[in-house]
Amino acid sequence: MSDTTTKVRASLKKRYAAEKRFRFYGITAIAASIGFLFILLFSIVSKGYPAFQSTFVKLDVQLDSATLGISETPTSAEMRAANFGGLIKQTMRERFPEVSSRGDKKALYQLISTGAEYQLYDEVAADPSLIDTTISLWLPTDDELSALIKSDADLSNPDSIVTRMSDKQIAWAKSLKDSGQLEVRFNRTFFTNGDSREPELAGIRAALMGSAFTLLITFALSFPIAVAAAIYLEEFAPQNRWTDVVEVNINNLAAVPSIVFGLLGLAVFINFFHLPRSAPVVGGIVLSLMTLPTIIISSRAALKAVPPSIREAARGLGASPLQVVTHHVLPLAMPGILTGTIIGLAQALGETAPLLMIGMVAFIVDIPASVTDAATVLPVQVFLWADSPERAFVEKTSAAIMVLLVFLVVMNALAVFLRKKFERRW
Amino acid sequence: MSATNLLLVTLGLALASFAYGRSRAYSVARLHGGVRSMHSLPSHYGMMVALWCALPALAIIVGWKLFEPAVVSSFLHDYIPQSVYEAGEKSVDLYKNDIGNLVDSHAIADIQDPEKKAAAQQLANLQHTSSLALVVLALAAAIAGASLALKRIKANTRARQNVEKIVHFFLISCASIAILTTLGIVLSVLFESIRFFQEVSIIEFITGTKWSPQTAIRVDQVGSSGSFGAVPLFLGTMLISFIAMVVAVPFGLMSAIYLAEYASRPVRNICKPLLEILAGIPTVVYGFFAALTVAPALRSFGATLGLSVSSESALAAGAVMGIMIIPFVSSLSDDVITAVPQSMRDGSYGLGATKSETIRKVVIPAALPGIVGGILLAVSRAIGETMIVVMAAGLAANLTANPLEAVTTVTVQIVTLLTGDQEFDSAKTLAAFALGLMLFVVTLCLNVIALHVVRKYREQYE
Repeated sequence: MSDTTTKVRASLKKRYAAEKRFRFYGITAIAASIGFLFILLFSIVSKGYPAFQSTFVKLDVQLDSATLGISETPTSAEMRAANFGGLIKQTMRERFPEVSSRGDKKALYQLISTGAEYQLYDEVAADPSLIDTTISLWLPTDDELSALIKSDADLSNPDSIVTRMSDKQIAWAKSLKDSGQLEVRFNRTFFTNGDSREPELAGIRAALMGSAFTLLITFALSFPIAVAAAIYLEEFAPQNRWTDVVEVNINNLAAVPSIVFGLLGLAVFINFFHLPRSAPVVGGIVLSLMTLPTIIISSRAALKAVPPSIREAARGLGASPLQVVTHHVLPLAMPGILTGTIIGLAQALGETAPLLMIGMVAFIVDIPASVTDAATVLPVQVFLWADSPERAFVEKTSAAIMVLLVFLVVMNALAVFLRKKFERRW
Repeated sequence: MSATNLLLVTLGLALASFAYGRSRAYSVARLHGGVRSMHSLPSHYGMMVALWCALPALAIIVGWKLFEPAVVSSFLHDYIPQSVYEAGEKSVDLYKNDIGNLVDSHAIADIQDPEKKAAAQQLANLQHTSSLALVVLALAAAIAGASLALKRIKANTRARQNVEKIVHFFLISCASIAILTTLGIVLSVLFESIRFFQEVSIIEFITGTKWSPQTAIRVDQVGSSGSFGAVPLFLGTMLISFIAMVVAVPFGLMSAIYLAEYASRPVRNICKPLLEILAGIPTVVYGFFAALTVAPALRSFGATLGLSVSSESALAAGAVMGIMIIPFVSSLSDDVITAVPQSMRDGSYGLGATKSETIRKVVIPAALPGIVGGILLAVSRAIGETMIVVMAAGLAANLTANPLEAVTTVTVQIVTLLTGDQEFDSAKTLAAFALGLMLFVVTLCLNVIALHVVRKYREQYE
């Protein structure tokens, strides 16, 4: 054996070990990255799922017109001034007659959500004949009580429970629970209400509608403009300086930080054109400028994938250049273009920073009804709730994130489906 | 008539003129012996009429709506009492806003103050006149355009060329929107920045080490002149971006190498989309994760080691940002690694190298320019990332390189300066635009360099 062969043989073991190590690093990197993904999702879901349920308390409310301060056939003004809050307090006092001191009473009232009186108002306003009868109602409870019941804690042992509630309040909760007056139900409020300072009344409806309006504007603006731009650049543009400038520009715009688009929106649309602040229309314009490059780039790729023979055949039969595109190339490229559009819109749906700049961070209780109403969007709602000090908002935030992620998954799945189903390989 | 209704009416008119134009073209054709004798197809004639009907009207509506608020508010000047003017520009805006709200809610009759009532009445009149004028103008333009085009339906009118020219122009203008956007960004950021640099010297901005943008609310207030030294922000941004890259580059690069060189097809088909999911998660979700999960975990972990970790540490924000950027680095590196020609690998194997030796000594050096380009793009993304740092990094501008302490970044400051109450003339809000200019310039340079490097590299192996 020659000298070199011995040397190589001797080093083989080490080299194979290095090979194994390298491979191991690769596997670790992938496993860690995917692990991060699962940790992230797990932490969100485990924090957020309780928000889809909330606790209700069953109370027999005696709709005494004297306590409410209304006549038996109340006018609507009387109804609005009626003392439903006092009635609920009275009902609670009757349920717990042993509570007498002022402080205790206050603590007792805290168990019921402030939303309860509005629910009571709605019930009575819908059917005034209920006045002076006794009705049995499921009313929303305060978020602390709700969290306590949902956590299935041992109520007979208050020391073991981590909560802001006092031991007395826990004892009352236990009494209510033992008499079957507490029930955990699906939280419909979360999907039907706007934002609120009270966690148990806060919902994502306003943000969802805001997102829908914003996305609608984004789609209506960015889709036609991006497709037109892609058609021009791919099919008609002469090879010259101007075209180069446009192309470089589009590629650069795709990498401009989103917050810079927010500055653009603030300076141009709000300060210069005086469009309304906080409105989905401005948000939609800003987001469509942001998603344009994404859609243009993917549309161009889709147009490029249509083979030239199609164009030549159409030209040969006497179609004008524009007819070639509108009758043949565009329909064939449409699945690819739509896929790119959906991905671009999914990006826009998750975008937050530029919308903060144009004032879509307002506290929105009312559900927006048009694109010029003040609104917020789902990611911004997440941002706002994440800042709230109440513990119950943590689960609300996570739940809102889960809803947001569901929408993103659906959109991306749709994009994948479109690609798989309609994509043609030439 | 509201703007939406007006748009709908215009569109209806356009549709009607399309149908009418086409049928008119058919009847003209009958005189000349069939459609074949016409220059263009009947639908081209219809399209021509529709475009001539809709375009002028649309242009009028859009232009009107863009400039109406500014014009109307300037007409209002004489109706605002002198006392409001003396109280400064802000109170004028407030007054105008107030009047606008009163008019919108149809509450003019309830106003007590006679001056205000007159102003509100005037605003309502102006708005009424304006909307009426718009309707008349837009509809007149639509009908005039359509009838002009209808007159031109003749056998030898080149309707197809006419239509195609308009469409071509539309396509070009859509492609130019990208340029307009860039121009808009540059101009809006630049103008406000220039106004800022008139108040604060550019030298102080770039080299100053003290950042506290609180300016005086009252003139005689003590100690709140505001200082705009942006160095702590730049350093904070760099620190967080650096931490992010320390996380993202090894994980991203090794994932890409494994997926491109070792993984079997099924493994690749599963792992690649999973990694892409990381890129699809909104940044606000990462911010929430960083602020509520990672930061407390780091803090308690630090406490067990006897380290004091800030609850808004640069480490938490940076690490989570790194996780977000992993798929970015990995997919860009994956592309360049797979672009390295197989013959280079074969040559290396032929000389007896193991797979990892081939990757380290042949593939990676060959792919290096592309990888560096990808990393530069990732850096530019880290610098411009906003939500994670807004939610997880601090607000106080500390000049420190310690990743366990709280630092602030350029993007955090832009957000905090521009959300909440705004006065557009204070140095405080203008500072946000100056920071935006810095951000734009730096990321643009990084992008241009990165795209150039990546393109050069691609050409090399094509």
